[in-house]
Amino acid sequence: MSTRHGIDEDFLALPFSRLADAALSAAVAAGASYADLRVHAITTEIVQLRDGELESAILDREVGLAVRVIVDGTWGFASHAGLRPDIAAESARHAVGVAVTLSALNAERIELADEPIYPDSTWVSDYRIDPFAIPTDEKVALLGEYSGRLLASDGVDHVSAMVNSVKEQTFYADTFGSAITQQRVRMMPTLEAVAVDAAAGNFEAMRTLAPPTARGWEALTDDQVWDWSAELAELPGLLAEKTKSPSVAAGVTDLVIDPTNLWLTIHESIGHATEYDRAIGYEAAYAGTSFATPDKLNRMRYGSEVMNITADRTVDHGLATIGYDAEGVAAQSWDLVRRGIFVGYQLDRVFARKLGLDRSNGCSYADSAHHVPIQRMPNVSLQPGTEDLSTGDLISRVTDGIYIVGDKSWSIDMQRYNFQFTGQRFFRIRNGRLDGQLRDVAYQAVTTDFWNSMEAVGGASTWRLGGAFNCGKAQPGQVAAVSHGCPSALFRGVNVLNTRAESGR
Amino acid sequence: MIPAQEVVELGLRAAAESGRCDETIVIVSDRAEASLRWAGNSMTTNGVATSRTTTIVSVVRRGDSAHLGTRRSSAVDEGAVAALVFAAEDAAHGAPEARDNAPLLTGTGEPADWGDPVPGTGAGVFAELARALSNGFGRSDRLYGFAHHVVETTLVATSTGVRRRFTQPTGSVEINAKRGGASAWVGISTPWFAAVPIDAMLTELSMRLDWSRRTVELPAGRYETLMPPSTVADMMIYLGWSMDGRGAQEGRTALSAPGGGTRVGEKLTDLALTMYSDPLAPGLECAPFVHTAAGSERLSVFDNGLGIDRVDWIRDGTIASLVYPRATAAEFGAAPAVPADNLLMTGGTRDLAEMVAATERGLLLTTLWYIRTVDPTTLLLTGLTRDGVYLVEDGEITAAVNNFRFNESPLDLLRRATEAGVPETTLPREWSDWATRAVMPTLRIPDFHMSSVSQAQ
Repeated sequence: MSTRHGIDEDFLALPFSRLADAALSAAVAAGASYADLRVHAITTEIVQLRDGELESAILDREVGLAVRVIVDGTWGFASHAGLRPDIAAESARHAVGVAVTLSALNAERIELADEPIYPDSTWVSDYRIDPFAIPTDEKVALLGEYSGRLLASDGVDHVSAMVNSVKEQTFYADTFGSAITQQRVRMMPTLEAVAVDAAAGNFEAMRTLAPPTARGWEALTDDQVWDWSAELAELPGLLAEKTKSPSVAAGVTDLVIDPTNLWLTIHESIGHATEYDRAIGYEAAYAGTSFATPDKLNRMRYGSEVMNITADRTVDHGLATIGYDAEGVAAQSWDLVRRGIFVGYQLDRVFARKLGLDRSNGCSYADSAHHVPIQRMPNVSLQPGTEDLSTGDLISRVTDGIYIVGDKSWSIDMQRYNFQFTGQRFFRIRNGRLDGQLRDVAYQAVTTDFWNSMEAVGGASTWRLGGAFNCGKAQPGQVAAVSHGCPSALFRGVNVLNTRAESGR
Repeated sequence: MIPAQEVVELGLRAAAESGRCDETIVIVSDRAEASLRWAGNSMTTNGVATSRTTTIVSVVRRGDSAHLGTRRSSAVDEGAVAALVFAAEDAAHGAPEARDNAPLLTGTGEPADWGDPVPGTGAGVFAELARALSNGFGRSDRLYGFAHHVVETTLVATSTGVRRRFTQPTGSVEINAKRGGASAWVGISTPWFAAVPIDAMLTELSMRLDWSRRTVELPAGRYETLMPPSTVADMMIYLGWSMDGRGAQEGRTALSAPGGGTRVGEKLTDLALTMYSDPLAPGLECAPFVHTAAGSERLSVFDNGLGIDRVDWIRDGTIASLVYPRATAAEFGAAPAVPADNLLMTGGTRDLAEMVAATERGLLLTTLWYIRTVDPTTLLLTGLTRDGVYLVEDGEITAAVNNFRFNESPLDLLRRATEAGVPETTLPREWSDWATRAVMPTLRIPDFHMSSVSQAQ
């Protein structure tokens, strides 16, 4: 394990204590019963290549301050790009003004669950090589070399390559007395190969399975972290096989789903469904609500007996892993589904109180200084089975079915019932063995039917951490990065569509 | 904060003084934002935000090649500008050749409003709305929704003499109302929050919830369907995003033609539908010039400051243009065509009520949701119906129907549409985070494909 990095000096050089004193005292003087200040910096570098040539490389640094206040039980929020004590104080008064202006619309008095005070706390995520210590041209060169390996292969006509490097730094202080400084790093690398059949007017694409991860530049260069050598070597052959593979026969079939695909199904059908704010209607006009309403807590069967779902902000290299959330609540882990029964929600300090709990489980997050913290998803993961079944063991139980690898398209309804997913690769299973690829596959199901059809989960050796940078929620829209770990799993009797037939062709 | 114009001058001056690069582009965007959100008849979140984005693009030219370094920052202190220029210059010297090299535009002269103060916004724009909304909160229907106002002023300047400025107001109000198991939605685009008709919106919601007194369960299948303007906008915006020329030329999009080349010239429909973007479209005004920090299939950094005109993407039912920045246009022998940040489609003369009256049996949708690509070769998209699917029988709305998951391609919808209604300004619900400026007709689809039932309400 590497030695932890410290927080960057240029961030620590910002006048945090003067900003906090100015903002919090101005808020209280203007009538706030509670206030917090967040200084939030996000540095992003996105490098994109197309067919080995540089399409775009841009390094962006956003930094600003946000003041959130409670005035007579009503929230107020204001943010500013300027990092001076006078601007912090002015923003605090502005936030109080917003709360007062809009208080007539507030019918619910805001109350926060208690949390220990962390007066001088620091947390840094675990990464080896700071991606921002790697010059842009080195990033371009590596992606160019990876693209070249794919382009040199038979049957690959085009390659898109992208790496997104992010460093997120926050300073947080509140009127309870907490003061917390944090830094975390994450990487998202993808390469996609495209095969074109111009005569037929057809094309097929296949993307790398390397997940986004809360690691440093080593995620792109160390085959021990992700085996790029193997993945880039096998991708062209798999793509060529896919272009020649038969179209799937639509119907009900058994599925073995690889963690590289299943993480996204977990994200959509469990992660979002167990957000407490959705369950009580806060997202009703936008992201939607949830079938997993509070009256079903500890009662509803979500899935089969082998379904154990945890939430955490602590897993190694998890994209939602953090020391403290945006309300100064320390990171935790807890159960959402135990032996198939729905037992937990994701909460912030307001929602913990609303649900009658003593403490928040630390899911508050804002993606920018200019956005209000809301309840966001922790890492939500399916636990492996006690028996160490391999993916091959699961496949061996299937007479006629499909093994699905890699995520692609996703869509789910407003209450998280009806979903439809595609994937990168679909292998026909016949008599317990893989028998070539299939094309044009999508699976469509109702959340609880699907999770109740899960007959078996793979063991710890099949467990992988997948995830996304772009989980969207709230208005104005906010994005969050989140990881989902899962083993391979076997599902019986899932409806599979033929996407050509769906289009009427 | 120092004025945006001063940031521009500081950036260009720092670049001129260093002399390390051949050309420099400075883009400064000043953004003011106010938001208000409510759920279950109570406000949930709110806020005001003030921010600036400064982008420096340094260009190094070596013979026929150009090398770009791009650095963007939200820092607002004076000293940050020169540091940003130096960082961009360093990046340009280390960069490989840009694939979309083109000469920068030259002197446009300063527009008359160049030096004017940058306008803002604040929570005050919601004052009228808050009064009307609080009346709604006092009634029995449960209200959810969002009001959002962004005023963003962008200045583009280059060392070659380009000076362009545009203030983009973007505003929207969405209200979702629930009564028992029924849910309805209305939304409007309102650039300056002038006279937002909240009372009329609440009346419309109440009428739609009344339509839901009778409910009918229908199975998956193909139904004659009236797609109102918001739903047409969501599908056509996705089509617009998929119309890049390079991908089509290379055979890797739904706009590629079998045998090579593109589908430009293919007649989709006998209906005289024209789909276009136009920065001067009344009420939907948007930047009449390119401003971008990053290259993509659709935009080139070298085109910063380039004028954007009306482009007909589909003309009289025939695919007419694809998106080409200047360099890509030259590569493929096409005319440059850059999309403005709005989308319009012509239609017919009948309003929705008349189209309903002319329907023997069919579905009337409200909005679409969670639209994603299923098969890029046909641009097959999946998604859900949301907040009101209504049954039309003998020319009248007779009940609310369950929601559905659909699988449909916008190209196929145009190929099969049998009628287009009068075009209306609409808020595209699914894409309203990015696209609020649209005029679309209602479309009648004789056989819209509802792939499965969604229990969601």
